Amino acid sequence: MALVLLAPVMICLVLAALTTFGRQPILCRFAAPGSAGAILSCGIALAVDVLGGRTPTTAGGLLRADALSAFMLIVVGSVGLTATWGGLPSANLKQRDWLYATLLCLFLGAMSLAVLADNLGVLWIAVEATTIATAFLVGHQRSRRSLEAAWKYVVLGSVGVAIAFLGIVLLYAATLSAGVPTLSWSVLHETHPNLDPKLVAVAAALAVLGFATKAGLAPMHSWLPDAHSQAPAPVSGLMSGVLLSVAFYAILRVQSIVDPIVGSGLMRGMLVVAGLLSLLVSAGLLLRQRDLKRMLAYSSIEHMGILALAAAIGGPLALSAALLHVLGHGLAKSSTFLVAGRILIAEGTTEIGRIRALLTRRPGLGVPLLVGMAALLGFPPFSLFFSEVAIVLAGARAGMGKIMVVAVVLILFLFAGLARHTSGLLFGSPTEGAADNDLAGQPDKSTYGTRAPLIIALGATGVIGFGAGPLASLMLQAAQLLGARP
Amino acid sequence: MDNGVFAQFVALGGGLLLLTGVLIVWRRSLASNVRLLMLQGVALAGLVAVIGVHARSAELLGLAALVLFLKGLVLPTVLARTISRGGAAPVETPLINTTASLISLSLLTMLAYLVSQPLQASGTGAATKAVPVGIALVLFGFLILATRRHAVSQLVGFLVLDNGITTMAFLISAGVPLVVELGVSLDVFLVVLILQVLTGRIRTEFGDTDLDDLRELRD
Repeated sequence: MALVLLAPVMICLVLAALTTFGRQPILCRFAAPGSAGAILSCGIALAVDVLGGRTPTTAGGLLRADALSAFMLIVVGSVGLTATWGGLPSANLKQRDWLYATLLCLFLGAMSLAVLADNLGVLWIAVEATTIATAFLVGHQRSRRSLEAAWKYVVLGSVGVAIAFLGIVLLYAATLSAGVPTLSWSVLHETHPNLDPKLVAVAAALAVLGFATKAGLAPMHSWLPDAHSQAPAPVSGLMSGVLLSVAFYAILRVQSIVDPIVGSGLMRGMLVVAGLLSLLVSAGLLLRQRDLKRMLAYSSIEHMGILALAAAIGGPLALSAALLHVLGHGLAKSSTFLVAGRILIAEGTTEIGRIRALLTRRPGLGVPLLVGMAALLGFPPFSLFFSEVAIVLAGARAGMGKIMVVAVVLILFLFAGLARHTSGLLFGSPTEGAADNDLAGQPDKSTYGTRAPLIIALGATGVIGFGAGPLASLMLQAAQLLGARP
Repeated sequence: MDNGVFAQFVALGGGLLLLTGVLIVWRRSLASNVRLLMLQGVALAGLVAVIGVHARSAELLGLAALVLFLKGLVLPTVLARTISRGGAAPVETPLINTTASLISLSLLTMLAYLVSQPLQASGTGAATKAVPVGIALVLFGFLILATRRHAVSQLVGFLVLDNGITTMAFLISAGVPLVVELGVSLDVFLVVLILQVLTGRIRTEFGDTDLDDLRELRD
């Protein structure tokens, strides 16, 4: 199985090299979906292995797949496949598409490395590498706005993540003075070294602060709406749907190291503040948004806030619900970003006020948008409904009832805002405020791209809530692994 | 190397790092900022070499060479080229005046000594005595990032911050594992290259590299 651990990163690197140097048009088009497909298959293979009771390890212990890693690899693969397949470049390629395909492969490879590493240092390197790979993807359109977004994204992202590295250095110092110099969480879990709690607390605070910047949690979220709205739609889908979750995964790993040493109070406090603040910020700013992609970006901040609350609650129920939420949100958010990209092609704008009556005028775009937004809003049968309910129940049961009440009020507020914007886009009279009314008579049924990835992704979101099958035991195993606290 | 000499060398290295940090905040000419950054990189490499000789570790000496090459040579050169492409040597006009920045520097240095007390308690020896220097450099980096509006100044701030973190890593635990150190160096190098390219694009698009022009995306 050692090969399967190496495969995701290696395949992405090889495909990136081939697109850069080989320059076959077919490679350029299919390299990124190919990488994502390979990641997904490796994730499934590792999950089967993990459920069989084994823990594959390789590269001198640097790479290791436990239940959580295997699950996250499946998330990276499935969301990556949705975004890259749905965003396949057209057959007539332009010069810059080579770079685009190469960077997408590197981006997917970096995320796979992040979730497969069993070393906080390597995890950090991989997270920073995602910033490097996505910098030019955000600035791909070369407009003033995308340049501004890319600059803010790289500066804030790197500085934030640098703080996390400071935390990792301090943690390493703590393990060194305890006689077990290591950055591997599996070693720390097995040996239980006697670490200095004060030093570990400082290290944890810095590491969480840093990774929370990358996860888009308030108050370090300011880069997120800009970057996610200016990037090309498939990249936005990947960044919102899975990169944020990879950073959140880093927080979960830090938490699993720190909680047994300094108690769960510190992390819980930080995560509750970050979670509620994220909900508050997105609730406050969502109604004012004029742009569909910015609206989706704020919805991502909301969902990261919900995840932070779930991590604060802890325990198998909240954590397995958080993992289900990661998967459901990833699939739904990448699909809606894809639809937003197609709306931009069809309508020439993503401004909310200028698009009306998509359901009657362009059902090929209106229907997937309706379904995707219903999933994001948390309507049953979509899995986000079940995960949100489970998180709130777990919170109430863990004695965080007041916090959950505040959270639910904010989520309802966000629900109203999102629903209002979406109904404006989908319904209304076709003549009202629309820029071009030539289509008002005959509905345009074109989907502006492949239909299959959207159907599969949104269908999966609708099913995994109650029929996850073996995935459910994988999530439960991962949650127990994290929740194994004294 | 006996402990007395080692302690003096560490103090010298730490002093040089702190001094260059202060001078970077003080001077407004970007060209002199970059020269000071180069000096700071050399001082950092010297500090790592001293720790390496003291610990008799060939790995640390190799890392000292890497630090010298990257932070003493490559990164400052990249920055210098970014400046020279812009024509006339630019001068930074920070949001706060020189007096205010120097006062903030002294306050930040005091803060660094205060917060590093738990860290110093965890280890003994000359090396941990210099840990506040690392924290001070991190804080100086933040000060530069927060008060300067020129694209290259932001790069300088980021590198001062990174130098601070590297200083801490070597002083407190004689560096992180080799593979991590190599990966981190590569990442920092690539981030600086990306920011250089973006600076060039900003210059083509906006005419200069004053980041106050970047204000189209607002809520």
